[in-house]
Amino acid sequence: MARRKLLGALLAAGVLLTATGCGAADMTKQTSPYANVSGAKTVTLSVQSWVGAESNVAVAQYLLEHELGYRVDTVQVDEVPAWDALSQDRVDAILEDWGHPDQEKRYVHDKKTIVSAGDEGVTGHIGWWVPKYLADEHPDILDWHNLNKYASLFRTAESGSKGQLLDGSPSYVTNDKALVNNLHLDYQPVFAGSEAAQITQIKQFAQQKKPFLTYWYMPQWLFNEVPMVEVKLPPYTDACAAKAPADIDCAYPTTALQKYLNADFAKHGGKAAQFLRNFHWTKDQQNEVSQMIAEEKLSPEAAAKKWVSEHPEVWRSWLPK
Amino acid sequence: MSAVTTAVAKPDAGAVHTARQLLVRHRGLAKLVLLAVVAAVVVPMVNSRWGSGSWPHALTVDPSGSLGKASNWIIDNRDSSPVFLYFFGYVSYGVGYAVRAVYLVLLALGWTGVTAAATLLAWRFAGLRVAVTALVSLALCGALGMWVPTMQTLALMVVAVLASVVVGALLGLAGGLSDRMFRALRPVLDTMQVLPAFAYLLPFVWIFGIGVPPAVLATVVYAAPPMARLTALGLRGADAGVLEAVTSLGATGRQRLLTARLPLARKQLLLGVNQTIMMALSMAVIASVIGAGGLGDRVYQALSTVDVGNALAAGIPIVLLAVVLDRTTAAAGARLGSATVERSGRGWPVWAGIAALTAALALIGRLLNSASWPGGWTVSIAAPVNSVVGWITGHLNSGVPVIGGTADWAAGFTTWVLDPLRGGLQGLPWWSVLLIVGALAWLISTWRTALTAVLAMAAIGVLGVWSVSLDTLSQVLAALAVTLVVGIAVGIVAARSRRVEALLRPVLDVFQTMPQFVYLIPVVALFGAGRAAGAAAAVAYAVPAVVRITTQGLQQVDPGAMEAARSLGATGRQQLRQVQLPLARPALLLAVNQGVVLVLAVVVIAGMIGGGALGYNVVFGLAQGDLATGLIGGTAIVCLGLMLDRVTQPAAATKER
Repeated sequence: MARRKLLGALLAAGVLLTATGCGAADMTKQTSPYANVSGAKTVTLSVQSWVGAESNVAVAQYLLEHELGYRVDTVQVDEVPAWDALSQDRVDAILEDWGHPDQEKRYVHDKKTIVSAGDEGVTGHIGWWVPKYLADEHPDILDWHNLNKYASLFRTAESGSKGQLLDGSPSYVTNDKALVNNLHLDYQPVFAGSEAAQITQIKQFAQQKKPFLTYWYMPQWLFNEVPMVEVKLPPYTDACAAKAPADIDCAYPTTALQKYLNADFAKHGGKAAQFLRNFHWTKDQQNEVSQMIAEEKLSPEAAAKKWVSEHPEVWRSWLPK
Repeated sequence: MSAVTTAVAKPDAGAVHTARQLLVRHRGLAKLVLLAVVAAVVVPMVNSRWGSGSWPHALTVDPSGSLGKASNWIIDNRDSSPVFLYFFGYVSYGVGYAVRAVYLVLLALGWTGVTAAATLLAWRFAGLRVAVTALVSLALCGALGMWVPTMQTLALMVVAVLASVVVGALLGLAGGLSDRMFRALRPVLDTMQVLPAFAYLLPFVWIFGIGVPPAVLATVVYAAPPMARLTALGLRGADAGVLEAVTSLGATGRQRLLTARLPLARKQLLLGVNQTIMMALSMAVIASVIGAGGLGDRVYQALSTVDVGNALAAGIPIVLLAVVLDRTTAAAGARLGSATVERSGRGWPVWAGIAALTAALALIGRLLNSASWPGGWTVSIAAPVNSVVGWITGHLNSGVPVIGGTADWAAGFTTWVLDPLRGGLQGLPWWSVLLIVGALAWLISTWRTALTAVLAMAAIGVLGVWSVSLDTLSQVLAALAVTLVVGIAVGIVAARSRRVEALLRPVLDVFQTMPQFVYLIPVVALFGAGRAAGAAAAVAYAVPAVVRITTQGLQQVDPGAMEAARSLGATGRQQLRQVQLPLARPALLLAVNQGVVLVLAVVVIAGMIGGGALGYNVVFGLAQGDLATGLIGGTAIVCLGLMLDRVTQPAAATKER
């Protein structure tokens, strides 16, 4: 009896809540619960898993905190979910986007919950790379037509009888499976599963001067440590990029990396939003910070501090007047 | 008991023994014969229709199209559909505000207040030793520079644990009071406990996106089952005599529940809370993949730069939190069990004292203007840890004389164990896999279990991820074999020597509470990215549980049986082989079962370090927002977990009755 009464009460309460609709809960306004505590103005930045993105965030965070008096929270999110989080106001900004046309159309053009904040200043390029010591030994390996000839060099336990094409994090933009298929390459993409795993693996190969072929991208600090040369794939064309993902058979584009802000934040974010719009630096400057973080194992904060103290001329112009 | 007689008093009960043995064997044999007959009829039919390679394409359903559509619908309608505006939106807001409220309280208390409160509460519930542990642990969290992330994780934990305990207790209450509910709930709860945490993340991301609310909800769903299970078991296990007495005193149903059944179940309830806390903590770390923030996020961020040192700096506070919470709730449970309730009279002054002292210390912190942990009091362990890791990878990786390097082992393991196993499994005709699964499950358990296992396996095929799942299965089996060999060997040694056991115990404690993430990168450094590294991480994670169960099982063997064997002049080895191990068989089977569950959990996460297969599909789904791939992968993991659990779980339920 008692149980039935309870059930009835619960049901009634539920119906009442829905019917009266005491205010809708807007799923697009969901600021992080850790934000804006004790009166501080908070900016939440999304960090993607590669070090370059971390450098952007580290420097932006340092300047926001020390020059503009904000509190900054960072959240590690992969690229595509970051767009989603940005549209829901869970993060305020993405500082390095490698090109996501679908998301851009959906959130920037259709729903208008995200706005562009312009170029980051760095140009990104994805491709296939071999270590320099291998390219010196076999110069013709740098043309994709000859890759099959060398497939046996790249065999590993994971790739079996085929050559191994080392791939990285599943979150990265990649057509490698399609490329291997469509170019009839005797290779097997082996996904390291994360950039950390991929870097560890590349270093391991390099230390032993073993041959390897890897999906990689520029700018990347690892080039300073393990010199690599790009393998030429069929040239990139817009027509080829427009094909279905499984049919793509040309190289990756070269992208001017973009910044995006949550639409609300862009409007009401004050100096922080303006600062993030102004944020603009070069490949070398970014690499300098990345190198400190990933190689010298400085904490992102310490690396940012060092860079900021050495290059005031660069960041002065980012600060809103 | 009967097992003891058969094993020890062999000469007297020989006839009975052989008869029973035969019967048991016969029962198994009968099942096998029956299965063979069925197979002989069904297999040729199936074979002629669908062939005998991998899972036939005709029998698959591809839900990815509709899942993709559903996911797009959610994103497009999230800010307009009433389901979201009036239900999910509120849930999401509610969770967000709750976490925020707790976080604000923690920040307001400052490090002085939080440390004081934690220490005093630990002292009140668990005594001086645990209080000191709490004090030192919190100080260490601060000293490692992790105060704010620790508070964020703590805030999320408080909300998730409270919700889990409430939900779990309510479900448990229902299951404890109604037989029908219990029968319906039990298999569900049992199953939920064996599923890898990773499989729980996606559905929540689907609806709530990335952030704290989905992380909390996933944690609640993951952590509530043990509470529900133990509450139900505790209520049902209440002494019938006591209940009888209470009833005869004329107590109503409610009075009986409040005055007799609940108090009698106290111990189980606290054990439930304890388990819920531990599971919530491990989930809170994994949920950093979907934006939980806090310590897990720090681990995750550090791993992206191969920074084992910083990952460890964030991992240690997690272990410390786990140790403090575990010890406090465990000790509270033990005290409740032994001590009495009469102390409630002088309870409130103690509580008031604790509150006053906390407030005073919080105020002092405020006055000294040091709400967050002082920056000068931190040490960085990252650099030394990283140089040690660097040395290890530099020197042990390859070319060590005689034993070879770790990378060589990994390559060998991949080529000689993982590859043949995967090839073998994938080469088996699909119906034979089902047949093997069914036979195994039926042999050690009932036909119902076998049916569940077979259906779970078939579901994998229907979803179109057959060969990927067999890849995962091959990794699980290989890692399990290593885990069992190592774990049982160490367990035997520990069971025979008190000193070894005492030395091992803290090590096992730490290893069992360490977040799985922290295992991942050092194994990559040692073994290179790939399936071997994943297997290594899985072994490292699962061995402690196997060691512990084996040790306990061996130690709990009836001392009488041991004494008898000794008096008959059995040597140490004979005792072990002929008395201890056979008698500890249930424990060993439990070890296998636990081992399977834990290995699967890590093999799946190893998708992040090149393990590929199902884990990779889930990671890919999360990373690319391609929820169809992720959800199918997650479902297949669930099915695989279900199948593996059923195949290794002896029919305990029937014996209990």
